[in-house]
Amino acid sequence: MSVRELSLDDIESLAVGAWILGTGGGGNPYLPLLNMRALYRDGHRVRLVDAADLADGDWIGTVANMGAPLVGQERLTDSLTLARAVTVMEQHIGRRFAALMSMEIGGANGVRPFMAAAHLDLPVVDSDTMGRAYPEAQMTSVAVGGLTPYPLTAVDVRGFESIVHKVPTWKWTERVARKICVEYGSVAATCQPPRTGAEVKKWGIHGTTTKAIAIGRAVRDAQRRHEDPVAAVLSVEPGKLLYKGKVVDVARRATEGFLRGVVRFDGLDDWRGSAMEINFQNEWIVAYRDERPLAMTPDLICVLDSVSGEAVGSETIRYGQRVTVIALPPPAVFLTPRGLDHVGPRAFGYDIEFRSVFGA
Amino acid sequence: MRRIGIDVGGTNTDAVLIEDGKVLRAVKAPTSEDVTAGILESLKSLGSTGVLDGRRIDGVMIGTTHFINAVVQRRHLTKVAALRLGMPASASLPPFCDWPEDLAELVRGGVWMVEGGHEYDGRLFMPLDEDAVTRAAQEMKAKGLRSVAISAIFSPLDPGHEKRAAELVAAVVPEAVITCSSDLGRIGLLERENAGLLNAALADLARDTIAAFEKAIADSGIAAPLFITQNDGTVVEARQARRLPVYSFASGATNSMRGAAYLSGLSDAMVVDVGGTTTDVGQLRLGFPREANSVVKVGGVRTLFRMPDLLSIGLGGGSHVSLDPVKVGPLSVGYRLLKDGIAFGGSQLTTTDVAVASGLLDLGDRSRVSHLDLETCRKVFDEAARLAEEAIDRMKTEAGDVPLIAVGGGAFLIPEKLPGVSRVIHVEHGDCANAVGAAIAQVSGECDQIFRDMTRTDAIAAAQGIANDRAVAAGADRTTLVTIESEDMPLAYLPGNSVRVRVRVVGDVAATVSS
Repeated sequence: MSVRELSLDDIESLAVGAWILGTGGGGNPYLPLLNMRALYRDGHRVRLVDAADLADGDWIGTVANMGAPLVGQERLTDSLTLARAVTVMEQHIGRRFAALMSMEIGGANGVRPFMAAAHLDLPVVDSDTMGRAYPEAQMTSVAVGGLTPYPLTAVDVRGFESIVHKVPTWKWTERVARKICVEYGSVAATCQPPRTGAEVKKWGIHGTTTKAIAIGRAVRDAQRRHEDPVAAVLSVEPGKLLYKGKVVDVARRATEGFLRGVVRFDGLDDWRGSAMEINFQNEWIVAYRDERPLAMTPDLICVLDSVSGEAVGSETIRYGQRVTVIALPPPAVFLTPRGLDHVGPRAFGYDIEFRSVFGA
Repeated sequence: MRRIGIDVGGTNTDAVLIEDGKVLRAVKAPTSEDVTAGILESLKSLGSTGVLDGRRIDGVMIGTTHFINAVVQRRHLTKVAALRLGMPASASLPPFCDWPEDLAELVRGGVWMVEGGHEYDGRLFMPLDEDAVTRAAQEMKAKGLRSVAISAIFSPLDPGHEKRAAELVAAVVPEAVITCSSDLGRIGLLERENAGLLNAALADLARDTIAAFEKAIADSGIAAPLFITQNDGTVVEARQARRLPVYSFASGATNSMRGAAYLSGLSDAMVVDVGGTTTDVGQLRLGFPREANSVVKVGGVRTLFRMPDLLSIGLGGGSHVSLDPVKVGPLSVGYRLLKDGIAFGGSQLTTTDVAVASGLLDLGDRSRVSHLDLETCRKVFDEAARLAEEAIDRMKTEAGDVPLIAVGGGAFLIPEKLPGVSRVIHVEHGDCANAVGAAIAQVSGECDQIFRDMTRTDAIAAAQGIANDRAVAAGADRTTLVTIESEDMPLAYLPGNSVRVRVRVVGDVAATVSS
């Protein structure tokens, strides 16, 4: 197994890059980053391993927090609760994990597996199941692949431990786990259905932690050199610049364990006189320019602070902010008909035919 | 309506008298160590022409950079007891966890975390552990801590646990000065808690500074209520500013931009404020400074304050000048200008000396700078203009040419023509724009309550109506009211489509008929 230890600087970059890949949701990785700084200060270290180096028979634990990002701003994420979700799963299935993995690289969940890994002394696979952030459990590559949708463990910092023992489909995994999560207070630490090394190799979206670190490093380097950090993102990723503007209205509501709403923008620079509206369910889902759909899931819609180049999230975006909207290409697995069933605009209730800003 | 506006800066204390919308007189005096003497001096000089004699003053508005300077310079800070209600959540990230270590060392008097707090929908997260709060208060007392910052999970939604904990602490430590994070705002436990900790750290300084302000006003013989200006360009009574000094952090910059808008009559323009050491560039939108986009760090501490978006560069009236090659700033003689500048008998060449040499300013002794020919002066001014132009360009959000208002004591460094600028406006009393901004500070009204059985639109409208009425009751002119903050949060757990709405409106002070 080729394993590399991450430096704290790698994790600082990971936090910036994962937030951009969060496409508005997934929660700001700042709090997981603070946890990682404390863990590194206490002598913990974490390691990254390639999916290709896993044995087919290894068991891999997929770690994620579930819930509304707004709640994460108040009930701050903590590493021991995440580690407990993993050990509860190990006890339930009677096996030890060989490594952990991200469910979603986007947002705070891109960093959380490392928080659990630091306590459990396990490596983390350089793969995830979304390549970004998505709000629901069936919006993953492993769900598109039709892999077993159970069991799932959900734990709360107050000591509650729940197991979703068996459900027929990933949508049921989402529905049942979501109910537990809402009762917990719209936040739960989860260990997702266990995967084998063979499944991860076939269905994982690979190299995403490395990619997030590269994006984050590009932004941080540009900030240090007083260069355009948005241009820096577009120099390391084949993305598209969509819009520059400022926020003129934010309507948000917390329902069914999600944060939903719409943000309206007025154009600046070359986009003066042009309005943009982005609908969100935790993540940015559909962006309309002058009332016509411009970009939509599964394309990654990223709203960046025009000055710092860092991501702006749906739970903190506010009136008057100046932002740049870019799109990044989606993982190939979501562009198949089955993939679009899981994460295309119709999966979010929008009656729009998917059209990529990157061409068909 | 007669108001006195005072700006207590690091170097000068400026004062202006405004009557019915006109600046009657503007003066400058050096800021004194004890604050009081500088204010007294400026008020004495303001009254020396008889403009104050026997006339009623409706209010004295003071803006100051004292509080932010204390944090930035790590001076005059009080040790704080941090009490967080929210266990067992958030334990791995205790209060002060993201502070710069040197500041945390100075301020952290102790940290207590006990069970309590609410959920996002208003349910209890954990019942408040009242015994643990009382035990914490006894330990605070034993450690001699008197400034306490209390934070609780989701307290902006339900401040009940913070208020109850404050009662329990006060029962054990009656002399405690207590900051509740719910008084400071919004969702985001760490940032709201940081604001509370900073506020508590300023407790003693705020008490002493505002007492000094009150003493200065009383000693000057002026019988008028004292107001302190806040970051958002509004004023609060001195009593409230003493309780929540963090709200007055960045008022100096806001005042100077608001003053520039007032003196020029423009509400949308760039503003360049050239002081002795630094030049601040900002942008006016509808008469208010444009706000900073991202998380604002104060002295290295992450907060969610709304602050004006400013770019500061090292250019001012006291900037060091070297001639071969021509270089201006960023070093400055600062408040020693009238001693160290060559025109004043010193040895350091400054931008002010160059202005004296070229005849732009009539200060000091011109013969001392006669060695500077006009060509040299032009090169220095060109360099200063280049620095200003670059800063202005970085702050512009539109491609076309925009008007630029030049204020501050060093405004002579800004030429009449600049690339990217449609016209440069120099205004009378521009060197006291910050004191003018303080004098014209606005009155606000706020509504923060839960509405039931209403649509979101109706609830926001209802909150706006209440906030408007409160602003008018506080002295605002109804026709000038505008909404500057509007935030709503559904409370899914409570029956009947409950939504919590927070609206803040501001307006100009209404003209009084009798005075």
